[in-house]
Amino acid sequence: MHRVKVRVVEDALDANTTIAAANRADFDRAGVTVVNLMSAPGAGKTSVLERVLGDLGDVRVGVLEGDVQGSLDADRLASLHVPVVQLNTDGGFGGECHLDANMVRSALPALPLDELDLLIVENVGNLVCPAEFRIGEDARVMVSSVAEGEDKPLKYPLMFRACELVLLNKIDLLPHVDFDVEHFLAHLDAVHPGVEHMAMSARTGEGLAAFRDWLVALGTREEVPA
Amino acid sequence: MHELSVSSAIVDTAVRHAEGRRVTAVQVRLGRLRQVVPSSLAFYFELVARETVCEGARLDQEVVPAALRCADCAHAWEIDLPDFRCPRCGSADVAVETGEELEVASIEVEEASECTV
Repeated sequence: MHRVKVRVVEDALDANTTIAAANRADFDRAGVTVVNLMSAPGAGKTSVLERVLGDLGDVRVGVLEGDVQGSLDADRLASLHVPVVQLNTDGGFGGECHLDANMVRSALPALPLDELDLLIVENVGNLVCPAEFRIGEDARVMVSSVAEGEDKPLKYPLMFRACELVLLNKIDLLPHVDFDVEHFLAHLDAVHPGVEHMAMSARTGEGLAAFRDWLVALGTREEVPA
Repeated sequence: MHELSVSSAIVDTAVRHAEGRRVTAVQVRLGRLRQVVPSSLAFYFELVARETVCEGARLDQEVVPAALRCADCAHAWEIDLPDFRCPRCGSADVAVETGEELEVASIEVEEASECTV
């Protein structure tokens, strides 16, 4: 036996990127725009969705709900009468901490893509791994809450750079926590200069109209057949 | 746990290129912006490689610095802290030239020695 060096020079996530491109082709064919919604556990992804999904006008929306285990979030959203598909990741290595393109692909047959304009994929709560795996989405949105602290962009730059929109949630708690919005925005600007952001409270409803309008614009953007 | 996901992707890539041969070493290039902790990656790599052709393989990690270039004033610099605005002109239009690598550069595999006549 002897040893030989084999040149590879391949992105370790190439396999995922290929499947993500296949997902994207399926989404485009069905005319559905896809949002990958990410955050740490408990930042309020489901609560924000509960507030806006029933209020999207003519935009037909569906949700793919990713969780390590259980269907608590899917059950909450199903009461809004939108199609919700639960995707559990606990079949993997003790429970995958993120959704990847292949997991999303496995759930596609359960989704009525042709009947949707907008699909929101609620990723597993985690501020690191979901940022690494594209799933074929058009836009990535992350939720950060004031309860998590104003330094989070500096600690998790990978996630704060891997999104096109940042939602700052739980602003109703500002009087009770040591969180300076200006400091947070300065940190965010250092990590991801110019990224779009919105402040809101899913609890009181403050600031949610802007995100609703953003989703409506995304869900109605193309089409108008010639 | 980020390193677990990354090491799984590295092992999968190496296994694919090994084409059944036993892998003795894997060379990876990791950009600083990927926030991979080398000791943690080595730990998970050893774990994930078990029962694959990569079992027992050495993981050689090259960390690639984060190099940026401003699209407005052409200033080029490297960062240690996540501050992506141009320090010279303040522009947000900054390109990441290196530092986002998550690359399997090469693998070392065992092959049966061919008979030379």
